[in-house]
Amino acid sequence: MADSLLKTNKATIRFGGLVAVNEMNLDVQRGQLFGLIGPNGAGKTTIFNLLTGVYQPTSGDISVDGVDIRGKLPCEISALGVSRTFQNIRLFADMTVLENVKTACHLRSKQSILDAVFRTKKHQQDEQEQETFALELLEIFKLDHLKHEKSTSLPYGSQRRLEIARALATRPKLLLLDEPAAGMNPQESVDLMKLIGWIRDRFELTILLVEHNMKVVMGICERIQVVEYGQTIAVGTPHEIKTDKRVIEAYLGSA
Amino acid sequence: MLQTFIQQIINGLALGSIYALIALGYTMVYGVLRLINFAHGDVYMIGAFVGYYAAQKFGIASASGQISFGGALILMMTAMMASASLGVVIERFAYRPVRKYPRLTSLITAIGVSLLLENGGQVLFGADPKFFPILNSAVTYTFGSVTVRLTDIIIVVVSVSLMVLLQTIVLKTKLGKAMRAVSYNLDAAKLMGINTDFIIAFTFALGSALAAAAGILVSLSFPKIDPLIGVLTGLKAFVAAVLGGIGNITGAVLGGFLIGIAETMAAGYLPQSLNSYKDAVAFAILILVLLFKPAGLMGSVAPEKV
Amino acid sequence: MPPLVKKLLWSLGTVGILLVVNQVMVNGIGGYGIPAQDYYVRVLTLVGISIIAAVSLNLINGYTGQFSIGHAGFMAVGGYTAAYISFYYGAGILNTLQGLPLPVALTIRLFISLLIGVVFSALAGFVVGMPSLRLKGDYLAIVTLGFGEIIRIIILSIDSVGGARGFSSIVQGATEPPDQRMFEFLKESIFFWVFLFAVITVVIVKNLVNSTFGRALTSIRENEIAAEAMGINTTRYKVIAFVISAGLAGLAGGLFAHYDNYLNTNSFTFVKSVEVIIMIVLGGMGSITGAILGATVLTILPELLRDLQQYRMVIYSLLLIVIMIVRPQGILGRRELSLSGLFGKKKTV
Repeated sequence: MADSLLKTNKATIRFGGLVAVNEMNLDVQRGQLFGLIGPNGAGKTTIFNLLTGVYQPTSGDISVDGVDIRGKLPCEISALGVSRTFQNIRLFADMTVLENVKTACHLRSKQSILDAVFRTKKHQQDEQEQETFALELLEIFKLDHLKHEKSTSLPYGSQRRLEIARALATRPKLLLLDEPAAGMNPQESVDLMKLIGWIRDRFELTILLVEHNMKVVMGICERIQVVEYGQTIAVGTPHEIKTDKRVIEAYLGSA
Repeated sequence: MLQTFIQQIINGLALGSIYALIALGYTMVYGVLRLINFAHGDVYMIGAFVGYYAAQKFGIASASGQISFGGALILMMTAMMASASLGVVIERFAYRPVRKYPRLTSLITAIGVSLLLENGGQVLFGADPKFFPILNSAVTYTFGSVTVRLTDIIIVVVSVSLMVLLQTIVLKTKLGKAMRAVSYNLDAAKLMGINTDFIIAFTFALGSALAAAAGILVSLSFPKIDPLIGVLTGLKAFVAAVLGGIGNITGAVLGGFLIGIAETMAAGYLPQSLNSYKDAVAFAILILVLLFKPAGLMGSVAPEKV
Repeated sequence: MPPLVKKLLWSLGTVGILLVVNQVMVNGIGGYGIPAQDYYVRVLTLVGISIIAAVSLNLINGYTGQFSIGHAGFMAVGGYTAAYISFYYGAGILNTLQGLPLPVALTIRLFISLLIGVVFSALAGFVVGMPSLRLKGDYLAIVTLGFGEIIRIIILSIDSVGGARGFSSIVQGATEPPDQRMFEFLKESIFFWVFLFAVITVVIVKNLVNSTFGRALTSIRENEIAAEAMGINTTRYKVIAFVISAGLAGLAGGLFAHYDNYLNTNSFTFVKSVEVIIMIVLGGMGSITGAILGATVLTILPELLRDLQQYRMVIYSLLLIVIMIVRPQGILGRRELSLSGLFGKKKTV
């Protein structure tokens, strides 16, 4: 009855002599909220970069919804329904909050360049739809009152939320969140985690999330995989992870 | 057939060492500032003109426009010092103020400086060509049908000596170490107490001095100089730097020789009607390099961290 | 009012106004003692051509954030192609259209020449852009520069377009005696055509950048990695922007060929590319009104500096350096000037 949305089989990437990710097996079920945790430098972000086509695996397979994504461009993977946020926030700096989200709507845009040049009806409908959807997303993330602000003028926490809103605008099946709670205070983190659970249900998403804050992850993830030095050291439910000897040794022990 | 080949190799070595000398300046500046110093080719031109005017001022050239070996050496020293100062001035007043802005701003500024030198040169020196003094001991050696000019030998010997000198400075001195540190990571170098402004200025001085040396060497061999001689030569030298791997000193030298030889080969083997395309060879090489090995022969490109 | 009717009225209004201005400028108004303004027709026609060049370059340099310095190369491709068609096929086209009134036939002939010029320069844009747009900023600059030079060298070696002598009597063609009909027609109307195409260029670029495509292009400028992750095929859009930009540059070149009736590769050197760059840098990269402003100022300035002709480029280059140091975003930055904006708040785009 297993319904995997994301599956990697012995995915490995080497940078020169360094094996950043080694024979990684990931299996994320459709609709799951999956946590990927590990200490700094464990290779979590590198895994994200493999999943989104920024890097190509040295060996191993990666598939999303049964489609092999090796050799595909990041934009093609995005079109397959994978969207992401970045650990070091990458907003479109000189654009407004609303424009940032609308830009990501482009992927599902229906108009052609000629529609835009001649301002056809299709163009106007499409622009209107983008605007409506973008505003809806901004409202969910409580950013709608800031829609005309320059994105980089927002406080840090709001920028992180804007990045999630932008990622959702591509209408993904799989959402990859890279340390969404980084830089937030405990209350903000708790609110964000609740929100993440809520958008998962609202948009019927599968979410893979990277954190090194264990507490945050334990709270909402249904399944957790722990990595260290590019290797999986444990995978299971939050409860199983909490009691896993190797995890305690490698991760909690050092914390 | 073989003799044409050897002849073109010899010509190519002479031309290539000129490109290499200029390419070193591009590559060093790119190393420390990640800036394509568009004005570098024009610094080479200024070097040649400084030599020309110095020859007149110092009365080094004879009435018939000839100079001795020692005279040429004095001209070269003068030109190198003048161009080094010019390089420092350009860096201080044009590039340093825009260093904090996006890289595009520096690039446009560099184009501006380049145009300023070219057009300022046309106003100051006049647009019509000037004739550089000729070495009085200019001789040609003939081996079969292969001819070697003394000036070619001088070009290669002086260039290679300067390259060795540069390599020594970069690898063996404290300043060189600081240059390498700045080129590795400017901010970290600053935090380590290196006076990065000074190092950058020093890099410009070194690069400009080498370009001036190239300017004098070329002028001894091809005495017709005008304010636009730096444009094409500068571009080709830049291509040499990219071919070798921009930022890499050995690469610049290698690239310089390769471009020089490729160009003389094209000149030697292309039919007369296509001879005007010899100037396009460098650009064709550039495009091929960028397509197949963007990092150049000896360079490495670090992927942007995501 | 239905939008289509509104669009039609706007278009007709623009054409009408341009026709009237053209009439007044070229012929004056006899009864009121307003003479023909030959001098201003000349200067303003050049302003119009500069506007097309600057606004089109802005699409790639300003909005997409890719630094091309070979715009003159594309202008040359479009200019020489349009001139070639006009010179060698102009008479043939007019013969085919014999049944039509002469002005209509001449207009069609002009359009065909310009269109083929645009197609060829757009093709050149594709050929150059396809491989080089994968490269990062400075490298692209060098490749476009190299391309511009190669184009010039190639044109110089083609004898049928005049080579180093230049290409003259473009609109008269090769027939004996020379056919002056096109020449006379353009003398009366080139001002109108140039501004009509300038308006069309501005509308095309404005509609593009104020659409989902414009946001896609701008996102490439702002953060290429994020743009790619949001599903924007950055290479594809860079090439598209480059092709459109090159095509419009070719339009500017084609109009110049028909206006001046003479082309020389010396008009399309690196210096020309830099002039266009200075226009958009001065006005503000990423602003259409900025590009228009820059194009206007920098085309009229040399007329005012006529006595300082030999210092013109010295002044330009100093200007470029000073703008970069003092106000690197240009006069308008990325803002747009609008009539309502003059009285109210400036809108950011």
